[in-house]
Amino acid sequence: MNAGTKFAIGAVLIVGSVGYLMASGVKQTGQYFLTPTELTQKIAVDPSFYNVGMKVGARVVPGTVSKDVASQTLRFQVTDGSARYPVVFHGLPPDTFNDSVEVVVEGRLQNDGVIYATSVLAKCGSRYEAVPKA
Amino acid sequence: MTLLGTLALWLAFLLGVWGALAGFMGGLATPPRPDLARSARHAVFAMCGALLVAVVSLEWALFQHDFNVEYVAAYTSRNLPIFYTWSALYAGQKGSLLFWATVLSVFGSLALALTSRRHRHLLPHVAGVVSVVAAFFISVMLFGHANPFQRLPYTPLDGSGLNPQLQNPGMVFHPPMLYLGYISITIPFAFALAALLSKRLDADWLVAIRKWTLLSWLFLSIGICLGMWWAYVELGWGGYWAWDPVENASLLPWLTMTAFLHSVMIQEKRGMLKKWNLALIIGSWLLSIFGTFITRSGVISSVHSFTQSSVGYFFLAFLIVAGVSSFALYATRLPLLEAEARLESMVSREASFLFNNLLFIGIAFSVLWGTLFPILSELVQGTKVTVGPPFFNQVNIPLGLALLGLTGIGPLIAWRRASLPNLQRQFAVPVTVGVFTGLVLLVAGIRDFYALMAMALGGFVMGTVVQEFARGTGARHRQYGEGYALALGRLLARNRRRYGGYIVHTGIVILFVAFAGMAFKTETEATLKPGESASIRSPYGWTYRLTHLGISQYDALNRQVTAATLDVTRDGTPLGVLTTEKRQHVDALGRPTFQPSTEVGIRSDLREDLYVVLGGVVNGTEQAVFRFTINPLVWWVWYGGMIVALGGLIVMWPGGSPAVKRAQAGYAVRLVEEK
Repeated sequence: MNAGTKFAIGAVLIVGSVGYLMASGVKQTGQYFLTPTELTQKIAVDPSFYNVGMKVGARVVPGTVSKDVASQTLRFQVTDGSARYPVVFHGLPPDTFNDSVEVVVEGRLQNDGVIYATSVLAKCGSRYEAVPKA
Repeated sequence: MTLLGTLALWLAFLLGVWGALAGFMGGLATPPRPDLARSARHAVFAMCGALLVAVVSLEWALFQHDFNVEYVAAYTSRNLPIFYTWSALYAGQKGSLLFWATVLSVFGSLALALTSRRHRHLLPHVAGVVSVVAAFFISVMLFGHANPFQRLPYTPLDGSGLNPQLQNPGMVFHPPMLYLGYISITIPFAFALAALLSKRLDADWLVAIRKWTLLSWLFLSIGICLGMWWAYVELGWGGYWAWDPVENASLLPWLTMTAFLHSVMIQEKRGMLKKWNLALIIGSWLLSIFGTFITRSGVISSVHSFTQSSVGYFFLAFLIVAGVSSFALYATRLPLLEAEARLESMVSREASFLFNNLLFIGIAFSVLWGTLFPILSELVQGTKVTVGPPFFNQVNIPLGLALLGLTGIGPLIAWRRASLPNLQRQFAVPVTVGVFTGLVLLVAGIRDFYALMAMALGGFVMGTVVQEFARGTGARHRQYGEGYALALGRLLARNRRRYGGYIVHTGIVILFVAFAGMAFKTETEATLKPGESASIRSPYGWTYRLTHLGISQYDALNRQVTAATLDVTRDGTPLGVLTTEKRQHVDALGRPTFQPSTEVGIRSDLREDLYVVLGGVVNGTEQAVFRFTINPLVWWVWYGGMIVALGGLIVMWPGGSPAVKRAQAGYAVRLVEEK
């Protein structure tokens, strides 16, 4: 067997393992990224879609935020205009979190209809630019 | 001044268009048209001058607090420290476009002025490519509603100020370093296209760009490290790398450039991989434009990005046009790029470099795939699926470790074909060091597989590096009778590329070990009243005890500060106090600007960082929420980064005799068989 063939085998092995790692990585760690409306549709189609890890991108409903610093509990509702879900989060919210910001909530929707979040990311227009004056 | 700035932009744009036309026409004309070539060269110099005038105009407006200029009002305020007023030049979308175009024209001028006469047949095309790219960036400003000199219909009393998270010394240097890296890739790209256009595809163009590829690699490396440092001390989430799309965008060209810096050696020594190397340079440049597109378009949600804007479409269109046209040109020249030698053995340095390149590209591809996955899955399935840090870690840790292993193997194997005695002689010591390191750590109680592998492979690579230095020094000592210190110094000075490269490898090993340390990160949260304390156990076995001393509130230059002070002891030994703050920035009239931001309290030593974040204060009391994190070996990330930069500088340092350079550049090894 000449060196070129051997190299080709080695190359196929490397490319194959990269491919395998990527495919299994996506399978094991991929998460749905849904809007509240899409989440409602998913549940309508598949009623067992509870307790599945996912990310929900939506806007915080103004006036629904209640923050208990002592127990580090944050409760708020998110909406995309039509569907609306309550969220409970234990931990420190990001600096940019307020009651009208766009958020990405990572967590699981439970049977009680509440999203229990493991992380909350706030997306203020951008970090590089100033907040537009109201 | 804004009128002057806008005029300068228009002038620079027209010069760019002319430079492109004259450059390409001058370069392709038969018989040659030196007059057009000269004109293109002068157009780039003049464009550079016009853009520098535009930069001075913008800085002038910033320092004059001319809030009638929208950009000045959006990014500065009267109470902003001078340091940050200066850096507001590249803090926003519009200013950073100006910065990009200007730096590119400076690099382009330098490349045209400094490149040796031997490469003069390439220069008209280089001028043409630089002009096209610069003219594109200027056109985004002029036609994409991104003119930094835009005036407002009214004059605000004060500006909005700079985002507090950008008010950090790391942030003054991090973006320009990264920009310098991104931008300087354009020069090797321009030479690559010039070589393709002029059909002069010998090793000549490689010699012309060697310093430029190293320069942009160095800037990217420093920029990425500064970015990690900024994220660590400023963002307060307790880490330095989050696999955020924008971070990935900066890593992608770094990976392909690193692959190129290795594979180019095979082309120089053996005349192989010509197609691959050209593709890597073109790909690296496209990835740098892709990174700019990701940061500015908002197509992929990221904490970093500029506001979503139409500017993204300009970049997408440019990316597609530039990608299609450069690869079409590449395809027409493929017959000229046949290899001059074949791979002779799997056990050769060529083979190990080829595998190294495959791994770099594999990592780059998986990072690109993961970054684009939300878009791709939505296109294919109709539902957005995202992958996060677990995906990138799961894929890249094994690939990175394999690469680390090759870092040790590559320098040990002979070119062409290694013999068994050669392998035994070379590998005995490094392999022993690696195995020994692994065993010691296993006995010491480390059970994390990847961390153990990283450190054992790190030991192996260090064994390689030390053996190489020791043999080289010993040889000089015997041959020239030099003392060991002198021999070591001369060894490094006379073979900067090789031994500087080993210093870079040392830095990479330190980085890997530091990354492995994060496997032992621990974290706890606590709500404390003054006088109460919490404890956290370090992976080294000792326990920190943190006592909340109280909250103080005061006004500083441009902010209201809420600071919490904690007393720290380790196993009962007092270590002093740590302070962590929440800051509310205000403008000159005392109105709040931006969201509150966090100042992290960090106590570092070589073994670990104690990282304290103030989460919030219960209204009206001094009861506060804290997050305590222990991050092992973080300082080694910064040291590793500095050593990588140092090694890169040594490789780049000018000098060395022209004869040696030519010998290195030609296919010396094909003539002089390596033993």
